[in-house]
Amino acid sequence: MLYSSVIHERFRRPRFRGELQEPDAAFEDVNPLCGDRVRIEIRFADGTIAQAGFRGDSCAICTASADILAEMAHGQPLAWVGEIAVSDLLARLEADIRPSRMKCVTLPLQVLKRALTSVETRS
Amino acid sequence: MTLALLTRPDFPILERLVNGKPLIYLDSAASSQKPRQVLEALKLYYERSHANVHRSIHTLGEEATALLEAARDSVKEFIGAAHREEIVFTRGTTDAINLVAQAVGRTLAPGDEIIITEMEHHSNLIPWQMLARDRGVRLKAVPIVGEGFLDLDAFDRLFTPRTRLVAVTHVSNVLGTINPVREIVARCRASGSLVLVDGAQAVPHMPVNVSSLGPDFYAFSGHKMLGPTGIGVLYGRYELLDHLDPAWGGGEMIKEVWIDRAEWNDLPWRFEPGTPPIAPAVGLGAAVEYLGKLGMERVLAHEQELTGLCLDRLEALDDVTLYGPRNPEVRGAVVAFNVRGLHPHDGAALLDQDGIAVRAGHHCAMPLMRKLGIVGTLRASFSVFNTADEIDLLARSVSNLKLQL
Repeated sequence: MLYSSVIHERFRRPRFRGELQEPDAAFEDVNPLCGDRVRIEIRFADGTIAQAGFRGDSCAICTASADILAEMAHGQPLAWVGEIAVSDLLARLEADIRPSRMKCVTLPLQVLKRALTSVETRS
Repeated sequence: MTLALLTRPDFPILERLVNGKPLIYLDSAASSQKPRQVLEALKLYYERSHANVHRSIHTLGEEATALLEAARDSVKEFIGAAHREEIVFTRGTTDAINLVAQAVGRTLAPGDEIIITEMEHHSNLIPWQMLARDRGVRLKAVPIVGEGFLDLDAFDRLFTPRTRLVAVTHVSNVLGTINPVREIVARCRASGSLVLVDGAQAVPHMPVNVSSLGPDFYAFSGHKMLGPTGIGVLYGRYELLDHLDPAWGGGEMIKEVWIDRAEWNDLPWRFEPGTPPIAPAVGLGAAVEYLGKLGMERVLAHEQELTGLCLDRLEALDDVTLYGPRNPEVRGAVVAFNVRGLHPHDGAALLDQDGIAVRAGHHCAMPLMRKLGIVGTLRASFSVFNTADEIDLLARSVSNLKLQL
């Protein structure tokens, strides 16, 4: 098997892929390496992340990373995004990612961070 | 496949295993592998003759200069240039195109126009975009139609009295389309416009004669034609180069210097400031000799056979989409394709497990990807050493891709 079973499973059956109705925050970015595009949308409730969803064209690693990130975000306060490290994501993906594919892991994280930063700047 | 049998022993890298499998290298369009003859030329140069060129009076300096200039003569013969002064060594195709953008750019005025095409590699797009931004020049693109051909009628309509330069690729690095350079040159002549041809995907794979094709500028890279990285060529028509100011300044490109002014050197050195990439040029000379001995007609025939076979094999698979002209006789040695539901990067990573090296992504042609409505593709590309068996193995691996993810 090329990737970890976590990546295969999340790629085949992502749980958080989809569009949110009236999101409170959203951001979209592109991986210049491969042209992958990821959009993450978030809804808040009581100062925490109530729901996160992602869309876009992306490879298995990037899709799995976005899906796991959306799951991790659920119920977290906004400040949480400052604390997540790439190593957390890698641990959840249970995969040994080559340097050439690291950007596939980090793109969703960067998109989420920018989405939440845009909220902070607005408020 | 006698050409493959003949050449395979010359490529040491083909002896290695990748992920426990014999390497199947199908990424020559990105960068080709190097035959022993090139590697030995590099080694011999560094072990026996290296010194700086042109200004050194000692023996090594003279030897290095002679080797560099001999490489220039080999390149001149290889592409059928009329004069050795027309061969400017650069770092690569990108460097060569930027050189023209700089040098010709200085002669342009706001409102002048440059025509490019929708199938250009970023290297033949971004330098012109930058020029457009800096000098108020207008950029227009020839659309592609059908299987991936330039729309020549639309091209005709893009010309205006302000058209100064047309920059077009000879062979698309994605679609494989071989563009009708002679016709394009004729149209440019008629309109009084200059024409630059990006030959990075053409010179390594087919006979190219710049004198009969007739462009003003023709650029290509050493590393895609069995030579080293860090060396490229800008062919420029003599009468044109001779009236053009240098793009960049430095040592070697001058005749005489005062504190406030300088006189430019003769061609081609006027366009080669600083110490040139001597060893890479020597390596390129060896690569050109190697290809010349094989014969470019033979190289073209071999690679077209592989391209045709690859198109046949992949077309027969479910879920595979091919890009570019279906007829292998009108295309270069690249086959871009996608497998439905599979991201190109996952596809390339899976093929790598089988020892197969292909390119995946947007191939530095994002506007083309947008036009095709895709993020990227997989791309197999061929060289002299590839075999029909390798194409069969590629097709077999591709047919298994979706089961693995």
